[in-house]
Amino acid sequence: MHITALTVAVPMIAAPTLVAFRHWTPRILNDVGATGVAVAVATLCALLLAKTIKNPFAYWLAGWRPSHMVTIGISLSIDPIGAGLATFAAILVTGALVYSWRYFDAADGLFHALMLVFLAAMAGFSLTGDLFNLVVFFELMGAVAYALTAYKIEERGPIQGGINFAISNSIAAYAMFVGVALLYARTGALNMAQIGAALDGHRADPLVIVAMTLLFIGFMTKAAAIPVHFWLADAHAVAPTPVCVLFSGVMVELGVYAIARLYWTIFAGPMAPHAEELRAILIAFGTVTALWGAVMCFSQRHIKRLLAFSTISHVGLFLCGIGLLSAKGLAGVATYIVGHGLTKAALFMLAGVLLHRFGTIDEFDLHGVGRGLPLIGALFATGGLLLAAVPVVTTFFGKSLLDGAAIDAHYAWLPTVFVISSMCTGGAVLRLTGRVFLGWGASEREDVVQAVPAREEEDEETATRDFTPRLMVLVPAVLLAGAIMIGLIPGAVPGIETAAAHFRDHASYIGWVLHGGRAHFPPASTSHLETYDYLYGAGATVGAIVLAAVTLFAYRLKDRLPAIVLSPALAGLRTLRGLHSGHIGDYIAWWTAGAALLGGTSLVFLK
Amino acid sequence: MSFLPFAVAAWLFLAGLYGIVSSRNLIRTILSLTIVQSATYLVLLGVGYADHAQAPIFADIPQTAKAVDPVVQVLVLTDIVIEATVTALLLAMAVQAHKRFGSLDPSDLRALRD
Repeated sequence: MHITALTVAVPMIAAPTLVAFRHWTPRILNDVGATGVAVAVATLCALLLAKTIKNPFAYWLAGWRPSHMVTIGISLSIDPIGAGLATFAAILVTGALVYSWRYFDAADGLFHALMLVFLAAMAGFSLTGDLFNLVVFFELMGAVAYALTAYKIEERGPIQGGINFAISNSIAAYAMFVGVALLYARTGALNMAQIGAALDGHRADPLVIVAMTLLFIGFMTKAAAIPVHFWLADAHAVAPTPVCVLFSGVMVELGVYAIARLYWTIFAGPMAPHAEELRAILIAFGTVTALWGAVMCFSQRHIKRLLAFSTISHVGLFLCGIGLLSAKGLAGVATYIVGHGLTKAALFMLAGVLLHRFGTIDEFDLHGVGRGLPLIGALFATGGLLLAAVPVVTTFFGKSLLDGAAIDAHYAWLPTVFVISSMCTGGAVLRLTGRVFLGWGASEREDVVQAVPAREEEDEETATRDFTPRLMVLVPAVLLAGAIMIGLIPGAVPGIETAAAHFRDHASYIGWVLHGGRAHFPPASTSHLETYDYLYGAGATVGAIVLAAVTLFAYRLKDRLPAIVLSPALAGLRTLRGLHSGHIGDYIAWWTAGAALLGGTSLVFLK
Repeated sequence: MSFLPFAVAAWLFLAGLYGIVSSRNLIRTILSLTIVQSATYLVLLGVGYADHAQAPIFADIPQTAKAVDPVVQVLVLTDIVIEATVTALLLAMAVQAHKRFGSLDPSDLRALRD
């Protein structure tokens, strides 16, 4: 289908056009034009999705089709998960662009052009079937994202955030280049299907394991897994709000997607005898990420940083879900990504409303100032409940699938980790809702656990206003409605489960990419909600509310805790926070340690 | 086929990482990043190398002549384009950092810390 390549080509052509004419076009034309392109891409991707649900297909650019299982050309290999992600990215870009109409007082065509290139890179990343292209789209996505992070280049925070982001992710990309080169050396192929076919039937030797480590650690950097996550909180705290929406809503999740894609297209064959060990390694990284992110999230007072750590915690869940290596786990992650992405996008937009109106994003500075804004407060609280995966919103369905997959794989303790993550991330948002919009809890400084002020690092918008444009409330409200409803659409969750089962069908993937024709999948099973799903969901929700209430009303209880409990906990928290030093050298030292850890454990256990 | 290019590449990768970790100047940090990337060129070219082979420009040599792998050379070109972009962007940010923080020492960049 020839529209396939347009999903990348249209925004790629529109972006420089906007830049070329930016001195002559009025603001409104930039806004409408860029949004129009994003809508067009969303439509194209949705068409691809509709077509590929019936039958996945490979589109060979310029007609360079494979012959006798050998590829010379580059393919876009379209299946429902990839096309769905591209659609999702385009929808979020549309939302972010509409939101930015009123968010920026002044934005020239450069901002719009960067957003469109970002969209092109994300769409290409989701759709490509070529390993090298995947890495190049990763770098393109990165380069645009660095520029967008430092968009307010006159200010200190964005400069530092941009530098940390750029260096961390570039190192990740270079590691991946080496991984690609090693796989090319072994197989002589760059197409994922052909690499997978060439590796099938061979045992995993050190070269393949090193290549896998380099690729995985690269994508884990993008996904912000511990300990290669440090760039994320910095970049999210300082990037313009419409950009944060995309970072947290979809870009970070693309890293998780790539790990799943690479595993099931390339490494599933050689790793099959050691699936159990790989599962343990990925789940270990995921669990640490989920818990670390949850603790850091709850201890923040800078709202955007709080949301950033909430994203890290959720990435931990996603990594665990992928790490379970089952169709159900993958389906859970896919469902969760949709629910979480919409929720987090809306929450960033609402944080942007606070910033736009009050010129600060510090939870304590905003104490009680939101009393006159019940609608925004209600939306914030809804977002908090959605993060806590309250029954029966989209995130709840995702989490239920993850719970089921964990129990199937004999990781019965994993749902507890999920509950802690939901509890802390949801509770943090509920807490700030209570403090900002109801004036509950301590005002300033009484609460020492959260006592690092965050004003200096936030310079995005400093003027205060006494109004909020309606559009800036409407867009997050629509996204939240989507986050509630999508899981309830009949057939949506079972559809994702079927797509996930097809996604991980290694042999069929090689078949439909290299041979073309109709893919034949075995019938996929779909699951039903169990009683324990509701228990976990309700437990996380109640836990989030209790956690928020305790920190708001009963924070003095802390003084009654015996010192032997309190001091190590506070010292631990201080250490954890101290690691996020903002120093790029520290971050790269952690990156090296993370890569060595993943590589070392892989070489020992997967050989 | 020798292991030398791969050994040098590994050394460059690690030396670049060490350069970033130990750097007291952002320009040095950015140059160390380009050293890390140089490792990727060496790996790619090392993968495509063949003994006694010619450059893969078939206008000048017989179609049947033994040539090194042109694919990796194209990949290296892409890699270089990416490096140019990212380095330029980072240097621009370093210039701004010097203006706003009055220093190029990463330890003096204190807008973000937890």
